Amino acid sequence: MRTDSGNPVSRRSFLKISAATIAAGAAAGSALHAVYETPREKGIRRVPTYCDLCFWKCGAIATVRDGRLWKIEGNPLDPLSRGRLCPRGTGGVGAHFDPDRLRTPLLRASERGREVWRPVSWEEALDFLASKMRAIQTNYGPESMAAFVHGIGGTFLKHTLKAYGAVNIAAPSFAQCRGPRDTAFRLTFGDDVGSPERTDIENAQCLVLIGSHLGENMHNTQVQEFANAVGRGASIIVADPRFSVAASKAKFYLPVKPGTDLALLLAWMNVIVSEKLYDKEYVGKYGFGFEQFAASVVPYTPEWAYPETGIEPETIRATAREMARYRPATLVHPGRHSNWYGDDTQRERAIALLNALLGSWGRKGGFYIPSSMDVPGYPYPAVPKPSRPALRAMSNKFPFANEDISTSVREATITGQPYPIKGWMVYATNLINSLPNQDETIRAIRQLDLLVVVDVIPSEIAGWADVVLPESVYLERHDEMNPELFKQPFIALRQPVVPAPDNQKPNWWIARRLAEKLGLGAYYPWKTIDEYLEHRLTAGGYSYEQLKKQGIIRGKQPPIYFDDGAPAQFDTPSKKIEFYSTQLAQAGFDPVPKYTRPDPGPPGYYRLLFGRAPVHSFSRTQTNPLLSDVMSENSLWLNAREAQKLDLKSGDYVRLRNQDGKLSNPIKLKATERIRPDCVFMVHGFGHTSKALRSAYGKGASDAGLITRYKNDPLMGGTGMNVNFVTIEKGA
Amino acid sequence: MSRFAMVIDTHRCVGCQDCVVACKTENNVPEGYTRDWIAEEVHGEFPTLHLELRSERCNHCSNPPCVACCPTGASHVHPLGGVVLVSHDLCIGCKACLAACPYDARFIHPDGYADKCTFCIHRVERGLDPACVSVCPAHCMHFGDLDDPRSEVSRLLASRNHHALLPEAGTNPNIFYLT
Repeated sequence: MRTDSGNPVSRRSFLKISAATIAAGAAAGSALHAVYETPREKGIRRVPTYCDLCFWKCGAIATVRDGRLWKIEGNPLDPLSRGRLCPRGTGGVGAHFDPDRLRTPLLRASERGREVWRPVSWEEALDFLASKMRAIQTNYGPESMAAFVHGIGGTFLKHTLKAYGAVNIAAPSFAQCRGPRDTAFRLTFGDDVGSPERTDIENAQCLVLIGSHLGENMHNTQVQEFANAVGRGASIIVADPRFSVAASKAKFYLPVKPGTDLALLLAWMNVIVSEKLYDKEYVGKYGFGFEQFAASVVPYTPEWAYPETGIEPETIRATAREMARYRPATLVHPGRHSNWYGDDTQRERAIALLNALLGSWGRKGGFYIPSSMDVPGYPYPAVPKPSRPALRAMSNKFPFANEDISTSVREATITGQPYPIKGWMVYATNLINSLPNQDETIRAIRQLDLLVVVDVIPSEIAGWADVVLPESVYLERHDEMNPELFKQPFIALRQPVVPAPDNQKPNWWIARRLAEKLGLGAYYPWKTIDEYLEHRLTAGGYSYEQLKKQGIIRGKQPPIYFDDGAPAQFDTPSKKIEFYSTQLAQAGFDPVPKYTRPDPGPPGYYRLLFGRAPVHSFSRTQTNPLLSDVMSENSLWLNAREAQKLDLKSGDYVRLRNQDGKLSNPIKLKATERIRPDCVFMVHGFGHTSKALRSAYGKGASDAGLITRYKNDPLMGGTGMNVNFVTIEKGA
Repeated sequence: MSRFAMVIDTHRCVGCQDCVVACKTENNVPEGYTRDWIAEEVHGEFPTLHLELRSERCNHCSNPPCVACCPTGASHVHPLGGVVLVSHDLCIGCKACLAACPYDARFIHPDGYADKCTFCIHRVERGLDPACVSVCPAHCMHFGDLDDPRSEVSRLLASRNHHALLPEAGTNPNIFYLT
């Protein structure tokens, strides 16, 4: 049944199962009725599409009233949103009306970093860009043009860059976000956790969250399933220095000392192994190196872990037994943003191993086996063979990275080694706020001959660009389709609901026109995006007309659990679940995770922690008028007794100074019982310094500005960022 | 007769404010204002804490002080479900109702009239749930008729512990929180 379509876009994982299409109407008849058959109202038009407020890509239906965009709701046919968007998705209307959005192409009219621009036509902007790219090609070779992209919208720009000869195309979502987790799970199970994560929260009887703050971290499907788990009384265990919303739903809340999660994980495994609570049949059948692993966790008793973590031995035992009691329907959630302390792949490997002990991978209530629908890739001409490999392939520094490392591209840009990087294309990622140590980013930018930013808002990175290309927002454009790898396979379409208000263009148009300017028009055999989408869908045996009408085409769901016939295959060297990793041993790393005590920081300082709020995505949504109305600034969480000591109260404005003397914007204090006394917390994405983001400029403080230090994960090059410490200064 | 009510499960609520954003788009609530909001109530000392998150709005009281005090009759009780509404054309913006409401649920719209939650009566009349209920990703909100003992809201209140806000105010609020 499995066919290889050669699709360049969808993730072709080892365990991917192809799925046949079924008539969508039959599967979701009643849901369809509710949305499409409501009484026709005069002046009302509904258009299905999928959301772009984050990377979850929920199916949505936008409503236009009298020609004006009115509201967006979830598409009931969509397996991700199930008819309900998250607050950001609901507020997506605000992206269209955002008063601060980019409106026309801009060329820099002053030195870099001084936001002085000259509005130009698309032809002038792209001619300039193409001439600069040709100069880099001639002077240094096309490999010296690098790119940073976030999200599915980068598909066509990446195609143009590859046709040009670029090889360094990094997603900060790897080395700054999910990389350690994906690397650890690949080392253990031979496959990624994926995005959307293959977590079966819906059926979990015991859910363990380590720092993951679902509910504040608004990954729609997961939050829906989390609320269902709470509603049906699932046992929830939360380890977090902060009493998160998720913690408030937990049966066990473990206020773990920041940076010691790995000690807690090792102690849990010690209990489960020593009390023989693990799934012996599963471990015997699928496990490799269990004996070495078991011997390795012997020293990590709960009594050993107590002084490290601050969690009492009896609580560690009780929670370990609780996990074992519900196995295999116990899900130890791997989280998503996992670059915390620099030993993150090993911490995530401990999470993977704990799940393996509980037998939850491939089991109901644990991790399901996802599938996607086969949509063949477009038959493009082959891209040129690079004369120099990607930076990642020229270094043994981070041997387990399987994606380009954004911070390594930055470093090569600064040093010129192993070859110069002279151009950056940045798509939909605000590098100033997404990479740690802003000074290093700016130092790299100063080495560039070209910085081009394609985005919808004038983010901080756009402020440094030579060329700014305004993209239309998702409600105004077509995009790459999404044949999602998920529990229930489906294809989703993004299509325009309303026209772009000014001179913005969709990414596919920009990418195609740039290719033409570079003399690479032959790489775009299609003329319009409709032609591209229809070609691929027809080749896969699907109807473009049906997809346009419904927004979603669902496939038949193959078995998703081992017990139901999903293939139990592990793409590891041993073809088994690797409790002991020979790959790691051979590369000189710990084959079973070991604990190192984190740096406690200078005396009198608080560890700086950051996280998410449900109404904002990264630093991309603070000018959205709907979302900023609900949350216009972040606040600093400080333990109430610490606040008292400092003579501070909620609502006071303070500044943070980090260990390197870096001072933050003023930020409003939240004196609360809901956090440990040794750390502070803020939501990421605020404290904008781009003056062009008029409605968000200077509101709240930026965690990114205070993250001057980072600790590289030696396995995959991730940047652990929870290694900065701050003091609090009174007054604005 | 019918008496509309909202029953909100504080166990399921994650305080994400989707109800707030959905209300704003559905009802074109002007920038700077919201008709509903999330309240966070914390009890205890770290780490032994209890947190209640509540989606709050006009309680559509059965004994509404905002209606009793209105000098023009703009604030009124709609026959459908006892929903408390404001007739924009009759409202003079005197703010008596803002002062009378113990829940601080009203504000003066930039166009000059008192504004607040309508239970999305324009949707309810068409057989739909209010926007906040239908958007909630945690499925923590329920809307229905308390005069119908078989309704979901009646069954939830009969089977679960619950409380309402400021019962001592004597307003007989119709929003209930499951605990």
